[in-house]
Parts: sequence; C-alpha cells; structure tokens
Amino acid sequence: MIRVVLPGHLRTLAHVSSEVQLEIVGPVTQRSVLDALEAQYPMLRGTIRDHVTQERRPFLRFFACEEDYSLEPPDTPLPDAVASGKEPLLIIGAIAGG
Amino acid sequence: MSRVRVLVGTRKGAFILTSDGKRQKWDISGPHFAGWEMYHLKGSTVDPNRIFASQCSGWFGQIIQRSDDGGKTWIQPGTPPGEEKGPGGMPKGESNKFVYDTSAETGKPLTTHQFYDGNQHPWEFKRVWHLEPSPTDPDTVYAGVEDAALFRSTDGGKNWQELSGLRGHGTGPRWQPGAGGMCLHTIILDPHDPKRIYIAISAAGAFRTDDGGTTWKPINKGLYSQYIPEPTAEVGHCVHHVAMNTSRPGVLFMQKHWDVMRSDNSGDSWTEVSGNLPTDFGFVIDVHAHEPETIYVVPIKSDGEHFPLDGKLRVYRSKTGGNEWEELAKGLPERDCYVNVLRDAMSVDTLDKCGVYFGTTGGQVYGSADAGDNWMTLAQHLPAVLSVEVQTLP
Repeated sequence: MIRVVLPGHLRTLAHVSSEVQLEIVGPVTQRSVLDALEAQYPMLRGTIRDHVTQERRPFLRFFACEEDYSLEPPDTPLPDAVASGKEPLLIIGAIAGG
Repeated sequence: MSRVRVLVGTRKGAFILTSDGKRQKWDISGPHFAGWEMYHLKGSTVDPNRIFASQCSGWFGQIIQRSDDGGKTWIQPGTPPGEEKGPGGMPKGESNKFVYDTSAETGKPLTTHQFYDGNQHPWEFKRVWHLEPSPTDPDTVYAGVEDAALFRSTDGGKNWQELSGLRGHGTGPRWQPGAGGMCLHTIILDPHDPKRIYIAISAAGAFRTDDGGTTWKPINKGLYSQYIPEPTAEVGHCVHHVAMNTSRPGVLFMQKHWDVMRSDNSGDSWTEVSGNLPTDFGFVIDVHAHEPETIYVVPIKSDGEHFPLDGKLRVYRSKTGGNEWEELAKGLPERDCYVNVLRDAMSVDTLDKCGVYFGTTGGQVYGSADAGDNWMTLAQHLPAVLSVEVQTLP
C-alpha cells in the first residue's frame, strides 16, 4: 500500500483528512502514483500535474525519505521505503507569504 | 416576498449574502472553498438554484464548481456517472479541462500573442475570470479565461470547448496582457438574439459575434488609448468592463482603462460619456435594472494609484446615459479609504427599487436598496473582493 500526503487544500478537495493510501500494481514511480491517485480521487485531476502535458505544476514538489524527487523523470522508481509503504510520498506546496 | 442573494468571490473563498426584499438585514454564509481564489460566481436565471463558480489557485490550477441548491452544497461537474461516492462514502468529482482548440478542422489555431515585452508568447491557460450562464438553458454556460479565450459548456460545466473563432480571427498576435493578465473578463449574451455575443479582453478590446461564436470582429471604433502606439487601433485597448441593460441590447456602456464610453449601435462605434466625472479611470460599470439610461461607475484616481480620489469612496450615477454624473456618497466612507473596486465587483438586482451592490479590495461589500441614493455596509471584513453578482429570487 502506497502512502501519499497531500497539501491541505487538496485534502479538502479530495475530502480526506489525513494521508491517502493507494494500491499500485507494477513499478512505483511518480507517474504510477499520480495515475492511481487521480483514479481514486478524480477531483484532483489537473491540480498536481497539467491536464494535457502531464507536467508537474511549478509550485508543487515531491519529497520522500528526506529527498527531493521533484526533478526526477516521472518513470523513475521511487525509493523502496515508499514502494513498501514504510514512508509516504509527500506532495508539498511551495511556501509563499511571509 | 422576493429575496436577494449576493454571490461574492474573494481572494480567499466565496461568500453568499442573503436578505429579504427589504434588503436591510443580511445573513452571510462562507467562506466556501476557504483559502482558494474565487474569481467569479454566477447563478442561472433559468434555474436560480444553479450557481457556477470559478475556483483557482496558483498552486493547484483551475476547478469549476457547481451548486444546484443555491449554494448550500457544491460539486465538481465532472463527476463521472456512477462514481458520485468514493471511498468512505465521500463525494467524488473531476476537475475541468480547459484546452485551447488547436485543430485545423474547427478553427484557425493561434499559437502566440504579444507579451509585456513586445515579443510573441504562446497562449497558456491560467484561470477562468468570468462565467456566464445561458439565459435559456441551465446546462449551457460560457467561460472567459486567461490567456484570453472563450469556452462553452453545454452539459452543466462537465466539458468545455473553446469557441476558437475568437482567438483565430486574425488580430490575436496584437493582443497583449494588461497588468492583471490577458483576461477575457466580460461576456454579454444578447437576450433577444441567441447568436449575438459580446466579449471584452484586457488588453485587446471588445469583440462581437453575430453567428453564435463561429466568427468574430473587433468593435473598438471610437476608442482612443494614449498608452498604445496607435491610439485608435483596431485592437489593443484595455477595456475594463462592459455592461448592458437587457431591455436594450444594442446599447452598451464601457469602462475603459481611462474613459467611460457608450455605443448605441451594438458596439459598431463608441462615444465618450465621461462628462463631469472627477476621474474617468475605473474598473466597474453597470446599468440600472429598469432605467436603461441610468448607469453607475466607481471613479478611481489613476492607473498608477488604484484607489478613490481623496480617500473618499464614491459611486457616480448618470441618469442620462453618461456625460452628466452625480456623486453618491451617503453611507460610503468619507475619508481614509484607499481600496479598489475590481471590474466584476458590481451588480444590480431587479427588484422594483433597483438594488446596487459592489465589493472592494478591502473586503467590504456595500449595497443600496434605492438605486444608489443610500448605501449600507453588508460585509466589512472579507478578503479582497474579486467579484459580486446578484440574484433576485421569488
């Protein structure tokens, strides 16, 4: 079971109160995680990656195991700790304001 | 007894203000979609319980919300059939795609417009500025977006198709963004001619279609803009808002960047009616619901100082269709007021004594139940107001 932590506004949009859990068959990558996330929570389509280009929205970042995976190609496998459910994939909104 | 519902979009959520026909006591619900930019909410006149809302965020993009119960509950219209409930019984929905039409079959796709620096820049979808429900079909709604284009949904907001003839009619490479972005902010559907639509873009100008959106032409003759290389150019004018009284669809009123204008021939030509206004810069303009020659503006000091003159918030009313203006001040701030009133932040109700409403970037919503003679504060401490729309309910 893959664990994903969403930014607060997306938790509200998806009507979830904490991290979400996803079943993924096959390699665990950014793309497969986001595909599964959007399949389970269609209201999130377009909010994390562009509807058409599938590119990550520029103000969002992907962190896991204290590393930044935002710039990794979408089909690069995520760490084993994420694939095993030991650690979550964190989707983080860029900090703005003062 | 009639009721009034005021839909307020703000930088940090939406608010719904309701009152009976006396319009003296107001209830406020919200924030709906707390923390999100709510650029515009507007109800259908065919089904007043149906309200469309533009919810957006620099982080998460564009979402269309729809209420079918007057704003009590909301759905994302893209909810897949049969999947209304997700895990744990929670509602599911799907965000909405706004994809520019680039097909050779359905339009003349454009790929660039002028950017701030004068270079050509590709069209990039950013947000929906304005939603205009059809006056005849509750499932049809138009969306004006940034970068400027017009979209239409005929299934209640689930799917959107661009009316690409606007972007592709030929002047697009000369359109450029205003300070707020290159937004299509005004959509006026002619209630007497379903094939006629007016739109306005900052900074391109006003445009009209007479064939339901297939072909378009600029309607900017008579506009004079000193801030562009050719002040009387066919396009490039920073039109801030256009308003129309539905009983006279051929008469249009415009608040341009500077200048208040009117057209008596469906936009074919414009004449300036700024008259004795203390400043003719501003954003909003609206028309009395029953007196088509009575119009309202909120003068703003200048394009460099977006606040009222002398710190006094004033509405100006003309009962002569322009040129002769009177100051309306009763109940509005007399001093130290340095807010702005944005282009979609004024609206009128249709009660016998026409109500007029507007919101400010300081988070105040003001209303008048007597066509502007007296004003009261309906809400005082909201986030910056982006839009105000009014529904008059039976």
